[in-house]
Amino acid sequence: MTVAMIDVENVSRAFDVLRAVDDVSLSVGEGETVGIIGTNGSGKTTLLNLITGYLQPTSGRILFQGTDITGIGPRRVTALGVARSFQTPQLYAGLTVLDNVLIAIATHSGRALDFWTPLYRRDCLSKADALLARFALREQASGTVANLPEGGRKVLDVALSVLLEPKLLLMDEPTSGVSARDKFSLMDTLMPALAERRITTIFVEHDLEIIERYAQRAVAFDGGKIIADGPVADVLARAAVRRAVLGED
Amino acid sequence: MIETAPRSSLPLAAVATLAALAVLPLFLSDWIVFLIALALAKGAVVLGVVMLLRGGLISFGHALYFAIGAYTVGFLANRFGIGEALVALPLAIVISAVVAAALGLLLARFRGIYFAMLSLALSMILYTVLIKFYDFSGGTDGLSVRGFALAGITPAHPGLVQYYLVLVLTAAVVYVGGRFLASPLGYLMQAVRYNEIRIEYLGASASHAILASYVVSGAVSGLGGALTAYLVGHVSPEFAFWVYSGDFVFVAVLGGTGSVFAPLVGSVAFEFVKNYALKFSPHTWQLTLGVFLLLVIYFQPKGLWSLLTRLRARPR
Repeated sequence: MTVAMIDVENVSRAFDVLRAVDDVSLSVGEGETVGIIGTNGSGKTTLLNLITGYLQPTSGRILFQGTDITGIGPRRVTALGVARSFQTPQLYAGLTVLDNVLIAIATHSGRALDFWTPLYRRDCLSKADALLARFALREQASGTVANLPEGGRKVLDVALSVLLEPKLLLMDEPTSGVSARDKFSLMDTLMPALAERRITTIFVEHDLEIIERYAQRAVAFDGGKIIADGPVADVLARAAVRRAVLGED
Repeated sequence: MIETAPRSSLPLAAVATLAALAVLPLFLSDWIVFLIALALAKGAVVLGVVMLLRGGLISFGHALYFAIGAYTVGFLANRFGIGEALVALPLAIVISAVVAAALGLLLARFRGIYFAMLSLALSMILYTVLIKFYDFSGGTDGLSVRGFALAGITPAHPGLVQYYLVLVLTAAVVYVGGRFLASPLGYLMQAVRYNEIRIEYLGASASHAILASYVVSGAVSGLGGALTAYLVGHVSPEFAFWVYSGDFVFVAVLGGTGSVFAPLVGSVAFEFVKNYALKFSPHTWQLTLGVFLLLVIYFQPKGLWSLLTRLRARPR
């Protein structure tokens, strides 16, 4: 039997009386692309926070390639090969786009505490250049992140997590804040690159068009529980999902 | 290809400034030369403060390292009769770095006002120890620093030799500081100010970055204290007092955090304004300094250094 990329086993997380994630089990195999859908507050982002160790589950455990990573914290989870992008981009607002990318390159290559060699190293610059070109951010490289439009910040946030060359990539609403015109081009850039590297991807998304087009499998959340899990078309066709996610009667 | 880091004429300007400072004793009186040397030595401590300030951490206790460096020189000279700078200065750097590593383990867990207050408390502990343990530290009398020697030679004009020693070591501090600010760790400290969550999600640790920066900062500050001890010829517990720590933060704000040269510019301006304020208004010199800082903050919020960069950038 092959070991799954990620195994979430009977995980619950309560905030006081609210059970944000309630006895959730989910197994994702290597190379899969899974889209998570659900209304606001259904537990999608909490699940990502639990997988990356940002939150400790109230009960249950999480295995990454068979290793227990329950609650070990984002830094150690990232070091094992899990990267994450955020619904609200997490960037260094006062620094330039290029600074943000170069810091990611330096930390990823184990140079976070290097206080002697320059951050602006030739080899790192060419790597940053390639990344910025791929994500159409080259023109904004020398501008500060605070001056970047929301869509640009979102793309940069995703780009930084891709830069880490993860085995598992978790994306929280990668296209929210990106203009309708640009969202497909972002995903068209991103998804083939991830597939090419066989990066297992789990992404939370409200936009069902994006789910239909880019996910192989959909997982629907409602009230902290998984109410459907399977091929995208099947999940979206289920009455319970249409009721809970689309609000259909 | 994207542009690399902006090319700067700073190295050239730095060499020119160093050359100008080197010939200064030929033209200026001894006390001005002394004042500049003192300002540069203290400027190293301010640079230490700035290294942390760029990460949004205000150390209100950097007099701790200033005093450790100074007392290393004081002990060696006064208790062991070792006035050799080539022994005392490296030792001051090492002891400061070791103490910074130990205290940094604790401090790196705190941010904001808690970091500021804890660093202040630690420096005040040293202040109390220096006062209370008279046999060990000389108490409030402090220790005199006698028998300055460099490479085995006791100079006939120690003031001048010390000036050039400070100049050479300031150049070294600027070089190390410049490399630090341009390094991944230097940038990561700025990143700490903006977003620690992203740092953790890149697989790095904000606390480790703070600890490493704190050690470098402590070492540089210890050197500043050691040089001051030689220049002043006497060390006292006041070196660890919160007023000194406050001065270093004051000068860091005055000079700005935009460049490795900013703390030195701020420090020289501070020493001269303080000196002349004392001379011309001995009873209200603190008021003069306060007004000076207010004016700088109001008109040059990024510090005096930004004034120089603005002048440089002005179209001709």
